[in-house]
Amino acid sequence: MKGRSEVLVIGGGIVGCAIARELAKFKLETVLLEKENDVCQGVSKGNSGVLHTGLYYPKGSLKARLCVEGRLMFPKLAKQLNVPYSLCGKHVIASTEEEVKDLGDLKTVGEKNGVQGLTIISGKELKKREPNVNALSALYSPVAGIISPYLFTIGLAENALDNGVKIFVNTRVLSIKQVKSGYKVATTKGVFYTDIIINSAGLYADRISAMVGLDKHKLYPCRGEYLILDKKCNKLIKSMIYPVPPKVAGVLGVHLTPTMDGNILIGPSAEFINEREDLRTTKEKIRQLMEGAKKLLPTIPLDKIIYAFSAVRSKITPPEEKASRDFIIQEDLRNFINLIGIESPGLTASPAIAKMIAHMIKKRKDIPEKTDFNPIRRRTIPFREASRTEQSSLIKGDPTYGEMVCRCEHVSKREIIDALDNPFSSKTINAVKFRTRAGMGRCHGGFCLPKIVEILKEEYKLPSEDINLKNLGSPLFVGATKDLRENE
Amino acid sequence: MTDFESQSVDLIIIGGGPAGLAAAISAKKNGVQDLIIIERNSWLGGILPQCIHDGFGLEIFQKPLTGPEYAQIYIEQLKKLKIPYMLNSMALEITPDKRVFVASPKGLLCFHSKAIILAMGCRERTRGQICIPGTRPAGVYTAGVAQNLINLKNVMVGKDIVILGSGDVGMIMARRLTLEGARVHAVVEILPHTNGLPRNNQQCLIDYEIPLLLSHTVTEIQGANRVKSICISPVKDNLEPIKEKEQKLTCDTLLLSIGLIPENDLSKPCGVELSSTTGGAIVKENLETSVQGVFACGNVLHVHDVVDFVTLEAERAGKSASEYILGRQLKLDRIRVKAGNGVRYVLPHYIPKGADLELLLRVVCPGEDTTIGFFDGNKLVASKKFRKVHPAEMIKIKLQNNETRTIDALKVEVLQK
Repeated sequence: MKGRSEVLVIGGGIVGCAIARELAKFKLETVLLEKENDVCQGVSKGNSGVLHTGLYYPKGSLKARLCVEGRLMFPKLAKQLNVPYSLCGKHVIASTEEEVKDLGDLKTVGEKNGVQGLTIISGKELKKREPNVNALSALYSPVAGIISPYLFTIGLAENALDNGVKIFVNTRVLSIKQVKSGYKVATTKGVFYTDIIINSAGLYADRISAMVGLDKHKLYPCRGEYLILDKKCNKLIKSMIYPVPPKVAGVLGVHLTPTMDGNILIGPSAEFINEREDLRTTKEKIRQLMEGAKKLLPTIPLDKIIYAFSAVRSKITPPEEKASRDFIIQEDLRNFINLIGIESPGLTASPAIAKMIAHMIKKRKDIPEKTDFNPIRRRTIPFREASRTEQSSLIKGDPTYGEMVCRCEHVSKREIIDALDNPFSSKTINAVKFRTRAGMGRCHGGFCLPKIVEILKEEYKLPSEDINLKNLGSPLFVGATKDLRENE
Repeated sequence: MTDFESQSVDLIIIGGGPAGLAAAISAKKNGVQDLIIIERNSWLGGILPQCIHDGFGLEIFQKPLTGPEYAQIYIEQLKKLKIPYMLNSMALEITPDKRVFVASPKGLLCFHSKAIILAMGCRERTRGQICIPGTRPAGVYTAGVAQNLINLKNVMVGKDIVILGSGDVGMIMARRLTLEGARVHAVVEILPHTNGLPRNNQQCLIDYEIPLLLSHTVTEIQGANRVKSICISPVKDNLEPIKEKEQKLTCDTLLLSIGLIPENDLSKPCGVELSSTTGGAIVKENLETSVQGVFACGNVLHVHDVVDFVTLEAERAGKSASEYILGRQLKLDRIRVKAGNGVRYVLPHYIPKGADLELLLRVVCPGEDTTIGFFDGNKLVASKKFRKVHPAEMIKIKLQNNETRTIDALKVEVLQK
């Protein structure tokens, strides 16, 4: 038995971690359970990283309200958590007369939702701002932004930890039983007792809900594939370039998103699939993304693609419906709060969702605010983000800052070590990659992988067989070189 | 305000692999006293220390050496000549006025140089760049990374291996993995011929009975956490897979040997013009790039087949840099050299009229009794015949001064039979 908590959050994605961080402000025993070996391993990891403005959602919906509210919370929150973000703006472009009309409709919906600063600009004006993009006209949203979804989630989780939340990774929920004082949660790491459960299990939220008999919610996994373009192409666009959304299941269509690190994301595709674990990329979708990208940006150099990946959306909208269904955020059972179907704009809405959950809990419990809550999360300064002068003083203060481990992204040994010392003890290649960007560049680990392996073996004394790429059970090696020969 | 350490140097050599070593030695022998090598690894010799097989040095030393042995010869010369070098030090940026920013554990340094030799080598093409569909499990390695891990870190990357691409490193790794007790199920090559040297096909695949599947490619990677299987498929003439003939191979590892890319991330921002066919700098016969005083040699200029040729090229770059620094560079009237039909690329891109010199070229397809012609416009000025040509083998052709004395441009192409 792991003791008891007052609130138990299931799922360490963006939403779960935002809730944990919000609850950390109160005198409340909060526990968060994550089935993988690190936070941000599911839906939260693979998305465009866009701070949406709220153009698409019907007025009065949770999506509209929480998206607008959430986005306004980002500037302060991102600063507190030390996660870089940018309000780079977004252009939804119209290529046909019909789409020109759609832009007007989008503007009206956005304004009803309280989005500020929306303007429709001519193709000529667009050309001045985005010389590589052709369109008849465009809807410009100045307050749309970008942020790294995994750095944001990691920031939330670390700040929650610093303020007393207990986070258990590698802890999969097996069953939930209602008991007199609340709930008994059996996991792969023992039993937890809690007063209140927050189900923010993302793609598995329907299954968690079914564990307490609430099986009315059904998720329709919908895979999205992405392509990533080399940083060398960072001058191609300054803002996000979106098409007018196709009217299918509330997806936004293949768009181009500049990232905080200078790459361009192409995607996502939208494909309903049977198996929610099926994270394949497919030849067909890769081709479709390339064609979609060419439509938005005819000169896009597709030979500069450095990687393809995919993730699965947790949709509650069935494939046959055109409009997207709203988020479900409700107390479906006494002290059991379900968050289901938190797809786009879930990242943008997450801080507002967290506030909403805190309100729901306050109705149940009298929870005083902590006086010693520290909202600031410290992070290791990335070498590449520092000016030459700053780099010089970083190295003077700590020579490991001068030792480059990742050649493409200029990641120093200091950053690698700090990433490996993460509070979740996740010592995988991906834990390093998502925290530092080592391995995310154009050589994709060609230079840094052997170096990180060496650090894991020599400084962390990890046996070769225990070095994993991502989760437990994704070993990079089958042993030492002599092992196979000796078994002959 | 500058907080970092600045120092001036006549010649800075970026990279301490075979090219950087030979360039530095040659520059010093030709009179450059103030020079330094910047190397980002903790050792000199670049990729050579992980190439524990033999076959290096046949051209220069007329005997087969291993990679470490070959490197050691030049490392010793370097030390004898007291040429300074910095390890664990990475060049971050080269500016158009030839300042080089270097990160090292000793600090952030800024070298104000008179001349620069680019010797950064190449990197491997990855799975992402050719967008192989499928899952993203552990067990997908580029061949060179696998070679590093096995030979330098002594870890075994897998037991049941499929290799995509028949580049030299891929074929050498097929043999290496077999010797380590792994089973190499197939080497899969999309083209109808191997991409590496014919001698490696013989010594690494045929001699070890490793199946080579030409005109085939990998169409999908399967397995959530670790590679479980891959799908391969024969391809049509346009290299598109024939879906109906797809088959599944059970394996735990996929190695990729699908091409090398000259690593010019530093070159472009300082103004060096690059060739779209080689991926390296556009150079004159003295290996000077489009930026005066910046020279390129080795795999950063174009991917070589044999290290000996890297060394010889780098020696010329070192000599040219010394001429530039010592004010002995000649002003020459040059003409453009272009690749025509059947020739993938030809180097150098500019040559002086009427000089004895050597051209390097690669053909597009393998062939026998092939004639390569040299044209000025439509006029054939010279031709050379070869019994066998292969895209993986660099062809060296010497031109006499009388052959180029009167021409205005040079186009090199394979003559139709």
